[in-house]
Amino acid sequence: MSSAPQLVLKGVCKGYGEGAQRTEVLHGLDLSVERGELVAIVGFSGAGKSTIVSLIAGLLRADSGSIHFDGKPVRAPGPERAVVFQSYSLLPWLSVFDNVRLAVDQVFPQLSSAQRREHTERHVALVNLSHARDKKPAELSGGMRQRVALARALAMEPELLLLDEPLGALDALTRATLQEELARICRVSGKTILLITNDGDEGILLADRIAALDAGPSAKLGPFIDIDIERPRDRKALNHDPRFKAIRGEVIEYLMASGKKRKERARTRVAPPLHANREPVV
Amino acid sequence: MSPKTLSDRIIESVVLPLLGVGGVIALWAIISATVAPSLPNPWKTWEVSKLYVLAPFEKRGELDQGILRFTWYSLVRVAKGYSLALVLGTPLGLLLGMSKSFTKSLDPIIQILRPVSPLAWLPLGLVIFQKPEPAGIFTIAMCSMWPTVLNTALGVRSIPQDYVNVARVLRLSRTKRLFKITLPAALPYMFTGFRLSLGIAWLVIVAAEMLTGAPGVGGFLWQEYNSLIYEHLILCIATIGIVGFLLDRLMSMLEARLRTA
Repeated sequence: MSSAPQLVLKGVCKGYGEGAQRTEVLHGLDLSVERGELVAIVGFSGAGKSTIVSLIAGLLRADSGSIHFDGKPVRAPGPERAVVFQSYSLLPWLSVFDNVRLAVDQVFPQLSSAQRREHTERHVALVNLSHARDKKPAELSGGMRQRVALARALAMEPELLLLDEPLGALDALTRATLQEELARICRVSGKTILLITNDGDEGILLADRIAALDAGPSAKLGPFIDIDIERPRDRKALNHDPRFKAIRGEVIEYLMASGKKRKERARTRVAPPLHANREPVV
Repeated sequence: MSPKTLSDRIIESVVLPLLGVGGVIALWAIISATVAPSLPNPWKTWEVSKLYVLAPFEKRGELDQGILRFTWYSLVRVAKGYSLALVLGTPLGLLLGMSKSFTKSLDPIIQILRPVSPLAWLPLGLVIFQKPEPAGIFTIAMCSMWPTVLNTALGVRSIPQDYVNVARVLRLSRTKRLFKITLPAALPYMFTGFRLSLGIAWLVIVAAEMLTGAPGVGGFLWQEYNSLIYEHLILCIATIGIVGFLLDRLMSMLEARLRTA
């Protein structure tokens, strides 16, 4: 096994639109993630966090810069880089089981039908949804849907799991419960995970390393902070942990500074950018 | 709002519609008594049509049969034309929805063919097939396929990017993507198209049968007009209307079931 990072982004730029309408979302983004590491990126809404996920997943192509996964350039999407989207992306006409099964059938064609069924059942059970296996997504709560999406991604046994604000659409209580569940599942899976979030506490609770994304447009990543807090991490105890407070302070400071810079920039312009007044949720 | 009582509900769903029907029949009676003396009045219409309604499946001769028997012939003809419309229209709609250049090249011709009347297609059908029966089916198909084509295309174009992303991450093959993502996602739109197409197919039946003289409600209507038995015109119009309404209801029920699924 090589010691090179599993995922390397160098000088990645991405913009949308043409001509005068064009806005640069990411500018010169560098990122490297080691095998088995859980890295969190925290940032403003609309800063380009989802764009990062889409680029690594191969759903979008970067305008310039390079993205390498396992030493090979990323050109197209593939099941070795599974994505959990903020919008869940479940197929509404399939049951919980069948949503996961579709992925399993596609990724493990060499297994027998019985093996694939067992594999699917195991992952539905992993997210505690065995009781709802035959329900359609419309019959599930937001938290349950997100767990199905997670089960589907994990069942693909990806080498890299991309979590794009996986808990972003949930209420605070469900979110706290699922954060703990996510922490457990991440520990069990031992996979390389990139977590994108707008909640700094969530990032610190789950990740090995965290970095803040500048307020867009032309967002860049701030410095990475190592989170050397032993696991399992307890939410309540964490709140009083000085290391947690220090990391949290650093992340907030960086975000606020970049947010202020953006507001100043916005003031000098005729039209303010979208979400100009949003504060980060930290 | 206060809950509706039973009597409110009876008034709403029975009394008011009956009032509407009664009003139209009264108006019809007045018109036939005053401005249009050759228009048979409601009572005479019933007297003359009774035989066809009370023995709806009787066959007395080729062009003298019970009204439901005629309806059955027409329904079979419509079913053939409609099936042809779906068999041609659905794949065409899928292709239009999936390919931009296909849309660009075919859209003008579709917009031109869409408003053409059944009365114009039928002679062309006769020229092509040399026989009235296939010409009628061709006419029904040509007129009724467009809502299926356009709604299927719309359904495919409206598939959420989320589902497309799932297909891409999973690297679904073209066929798998079609059957696992595209078709199920577009199905509600397709069904709207199917329902509208069936409405048109039934609408066209009179024209198709009138010009070919085939036995059916439309053929019967035209023949009775030529034999000056005007009461039967009204019988046919009522039958066509009621059957069309029932077909639409049936499709709506299927459609609603599909949406909740």
